[in-house]
Amino acid sequence: MAVKVMIPTPLRVYAAKKDSVDVSARTVGEALGGLTTAYSELRKHLFTEEGKLRSFVNVYVNDEDIRYLAKENTPTKDGDVVSIVPSIAGGCCL
Amino acid sequence: MGERILLIAKDAEARIRAHGVETYPHECCGALLGKDDGTAISTGDQPVREVWSLFPLVNRRDDSPRNRFSVTSEDVLAAEKAAKEQGLEVVGWYHSHPDHPARPSEYDRDHAWPWYSYIIVSVAEGKPELMTSWRLNDDRASYETESIQIHPSEAEMEALRTEIDRKRAGA
Repeated sequence: MAVKVMIPTPLRVYAAKKDSVDVSARTVGEALGGLTTAYSELRKHLFTEEGKLRSFVNVYVNDEDIRYLAKENTPTKDGDVVSIVPSIAGGCCL
Repeated sequence: MGERILLIAKDAEARIRAHGVETYPHECCGALLGKDDGTAISTGDQPVREVWSLFPLVNRRDDSPRNRFSVTSEDVLAAEKAAKEQGLEVVGWYHSHPDHPARPSEYDRDHAWPWYSYIIVSVAEGKPELMTSWRLNDDRASYETESIQIHPSEAEMEALRTEIDRKRAGA
């Protein structure tokens, strides 16, 4: 299944400055796997050391947040657009 | 390469301070809209990132607003849309540290994205104090500070840009 993965601005530097990458994937997990295989520098910004998606990394299939679908097992079909969208957090102290 | 430079319009800088005062003792937050596409003004070999305007946001961390801020992905998309409408892009984010120094906390660094500029303004007893900017390094473990330089107005920044464009065209 040919899927387009949209790369957010802060991560494009790790993906040869591309704003999107085409991968072959049956699920969101496979799409992200394909992306980080092609551009391994992306991995630590998307996943924790335990291999889980970081809390501030949001993934949409077309316009649907995968948290409300089947998360990384969400199936993808030909022509789907998988978007990585940042959320931003911080704060002054522990 | 010297220290990175973040050029910010005076109005935008003043609005960040005002936002920090307005939400004190809670943290304020918002997006920095500007340019970092190679058309920004350069000094020597050091590209300069420009902030032209802001997109102030509501802090979504109502459970702990004194020491945390959060911007949802929907807010990020709204900020990106606003930037695009002005011919700009989201180049970073600002937030305040109420009664704490303008230094990135471990929590700030843990939750940061690379590339973005993160401005922090310290607000002590309701008064804005030091403002700093930093960027996360590739290793996610360290960060680099940016030197914030203020320009009097967007009009002056535009004039500066035009002058540089003219010089480049003539070169």
